[in-house]
Amino acid sequence: MSLRPAKIRALAAPLGPPTLLVRALRKAYRDVVAVDGIDLEVWPGECFGLLGPNGAGKTTTIEICEGLLEPDGGTVELLGLTWAGHAAELRQRLGVQLQDTQLSEKLTVEETVRLFRSFYRRGPSVEEVIRMVQLEEKRKARVGALSGGQKQRLAMACALVGDPDLLFLDEPTTGLDPQARLQLWELISRLKCEGRTVILTTHYMEEAERLCDRVGIIDRGRIIALGTPAELVGRLGAGHVVEFAVDGAQPALAPAELERIEGVVAARRVDSSYQLRVGELHRTVPALLEELRRRGLAVTELRTHSASLADVFVALTGRHLRDE
Amino acid sequence: MSETLVSAPAGRRRERFLLLPPSLVELTLVRFREFWREPEAVFWVFIFPILLAAGLGIAFESRPAERLRIAASDVALAQRLAIEPSLTVEVMTPAAAEQALRRGRILLYASRDAAGALRLRYDENVAEARAARLLAERAAERAAGARELVPVAEDVVREPGSRYIDFLIPGLLGLNLMGSGMWGIGFAIVDARRKKLLKRLLASPMSRTEYLLSFLLSRLALLLVEVFALLGFGVWIFGVPVRGALWELLAICVLASLTFTSLGLLIASRARTIEAASGLMNFVMLPMWVFSGVFFSSERFPDAMQPFIRLLPLTAVNEALRRNMLEGAPLVSLGPQAAVIASWLVISFITALRLFRWR
Repeated sequence: MSLRPAKIRALAAPLGPPTLLVRALRKAYRDVVAVDGIDLEVWPGECFGLLGPNGAGKTTTIEICEGLLEPDGGTVELLGLTWAGHAAELRQRLGVQLQDTQLSEKLTVEETVRLFRSFYRRGPSVEEVIRMVQLEEKRKARVGALSGGQKQRLAMACALVGDPDLLFLDEPTTGLDPQARLQLWELISRLKCEGRTVILTTHYMEEAERLCDRVGIIDRGRIIALGTPAELVGRLGAGHVVEFAVDGAQPALAPAELERIEGVVAARRVDSSYQLRVGELHRTVPALLEELRRRGLAVTELRTHSASLADVFVALTGRHLRDE
Repeated sequence: MSETLVSAPAGRRRERFLLLPPSLVELTLVRFREFWREPEAVFWVFIFPILLAAGLGIAFESRPAERLRIAASDVALAQRLAIEPSLTVEVMTPAAAEQALRRGRILLYASRDAAGALRLRYDENVAEARAARLLAERAAERAAGARELVPVAEDVVREPGSRYIDFLIPGLLGLNLMGSGMWGIGFAIVDARRKKLLKRLLASPMSRTEYLLSFLLSRLALLLVEVFALLGFGVWIFGVPVRGALWELLAICVLASLTFTSLGLLIASRARTIEAASGLMNFVMLPMWVFSGVFFSSERFPDAMQPFIRLLPLTAVNEALRRNMLEGAPLVSLGPQAAVIASWLVISFITALRLFRWR
């Protein structure tokens, strides 16, 4: 069910102009700086993820790109066009899904899609779009009667009716149950396979890892890391993460001391536990336990996992990126 | 599977309706759907005014003049007063009469003072009591031998056009135009803003003008149904007259509806919650419910208030509707009212567009 021939993505030095070009973007609300000098390029056919905790500036950035907010400074160019000069043209060529839009509950799925379809000069038929988001069985159902996942897929349908060259998805799976999230991921993956350029925001590391070709980690209005998920994880210099906690009454361990343990690349205290980035689990874990035993510390928690984007965030900010 | 993927604009299949752009037709259809699928809205716009007209029409129906109930202090006086056929007289002690007067069971109490002069006790604020007084006086004079100086022939008026229901139906029509015009647009816009649907529409290529236009189009279409339902009911059940030209009456309704829709748009231009919008709506509508001559004539208010009352849009609408329906006044003679209504339309529409927030 491909809408357009899949484009071959140039992984190294991309050719042609970027689909999205953002330079020195700034936006403040009264005394809070939401976006503090962001530079970005997104290339044709790429799925780019803005990843960060709530309040990091993701939505502000994406809404400036969507032409819904005026920046205080900086420039945004989409498909080689600007909002100041080509707003009408851009609206026709962009697909947008906003965070928590509630579509009219009294309309049916089909009526909602038909309404949005009527705004665009070109694009797939209403039936086609409903099929793309797999809501055929709900065609005649009122929006108010849909589940959270179905509503979100309807919102996707409204973003797809104009056969967009660039698709903005703001937190597409926030608040959905795991199964609905999986369905949406499949849908976004299919759109990627069709060669669409997609820009999405999320605070789920797993979502970014799974869907995005490239990720920008954003914190306090700045991009603090940019690259493919594999690159970012690779920069940690360690494939695994060991997290442990010791009996709270004990004096704190110094990270520098922990870094002397065999195979530990970096150590830090996060909240009340310790986090070690390590190369090889089978060497480090016995050494760590031995060290703790020697010091007479009781281990209350011990977990290990393969390094992920979540660990990149912790490594960069010293804070956890949690679902709120 | 993929040949039909990029199809013609949606409008080609649905055929252009009245040559309107397909997006405007879709937006207007959405307005209708949202209205019809809200049973409460349908009730308030169509059913409630008819129920109100029916209830008030029955309560204030013109009946043959009733005999007025009075009381006298003794049998002789009662017999004298009873020669007046419009009076029903009974005999009461002063104490019993005092209570009956208070409760409104009798309108007047007749007695004699020590000098034998007739003494009438009644509440002069009650019109019927004043009538009873005149009748009692006349009966006493006749009994005392006074001649009727002028023979009077009665010519009772019970013609359509001067009854309460005739006054009421145009007022209710104006009230309904105000309510549905203001709520229709105000509620929908504030609700869409609250749900961030306005923002979502803004992110699409939808024309903002078409969005606002869809409210006017759906309003005008519903207006026809609304006007004919209430008017038809009044004419059919109560024989309320429509003496002016029907198209002129409709023109007044259209102008009124546009004005109240603009006022609704103005109220909805900034409000972010339904509660805020409801508060503002009531703040604007309540004075007009009271002052604009819906249920009783606005002339009952003190002269000092009249200039203010005449500037209210609903006063002008009600006045224009009544002059058309009851007096058959032509549209050209309704200049002052039309000017008031149109001024409100222009001022509120321009202000609304200035203030309007899409987010």
